[in-house]
Amino acid sequence: MFTVAIAAILATMTLALVRAALGPTVFDRILAVNMFGTKTVLLIAVMAFLSNRTDFLDLALLYALVNYVGVIALLRLFRLGGLADPVDGGEG
Amino acid sequence: MSLAIDLASWACLVTGSAFAIVGGIGIVRLPDFYTRLHGGGITDTLGAGLVLVGLMLQAGLSLVTVKLVMILFLLWVTSPTSAHALAKSARTNGLEPLIAPDGKPGDAGGAKWST
Repeated sequence: MFTVAIAAILATMTLALVRAALGPTVFDRILAVNMFGTKTVLLIAVMAFLSNRTDFLDLALLYALVNYVGVIALLRLFRLGGLADPVDGGEG
Repeated sequence: MSLAIDLASWACLVTGSAFAIVGGIGIVRLPDFYTRLHGGGITDTLGAGLVLVGLMLQAGLSLVTVKLVMILFLLWVTSPTSAHALAKSARTNGLEPLIAPDGKPGDAGGAKWST
């Protein structure tokens, strides 16, 4: 049964990659990459149960954190043109 | 009792997988960015939620369940936040939603932001 879940998650990851490759605007690509990251978390969690190594769940937690920080950083980079705070009180 | 828990866990895993695939099809097939955002959201809430609940039922009461609850909590907090940030960023950057009063597909204003 874990195998079914893994197959479904892999199919979803493939579809997300299709949208990331097609996707006409840059926001579509960010959305697809975000979804890919979430599915990676799920994949690691299910793989941990399939291979009876539940310590993999720590990696899944880490991936969830990194994925969120990555998306917010991308959006900030995209909005401000850089990761640093604006120096002379520009928009923020 | 163990069989009942197994059945419930399998039902959760299969339903969650189905929701994940539906969201994946949605993110490819839906017509513009804001509707695709909706398709991506279902995989993060229902798909991830049901799959992780199914794994929790398999794990029983242990530290593993605590970790799964932490992952679920993190996903359920961060996923709507990043979806909101994405939608707001797209809107403030001038990406118009697809509105077609005459029933024909219109230009979603995507030309400016196409890459």
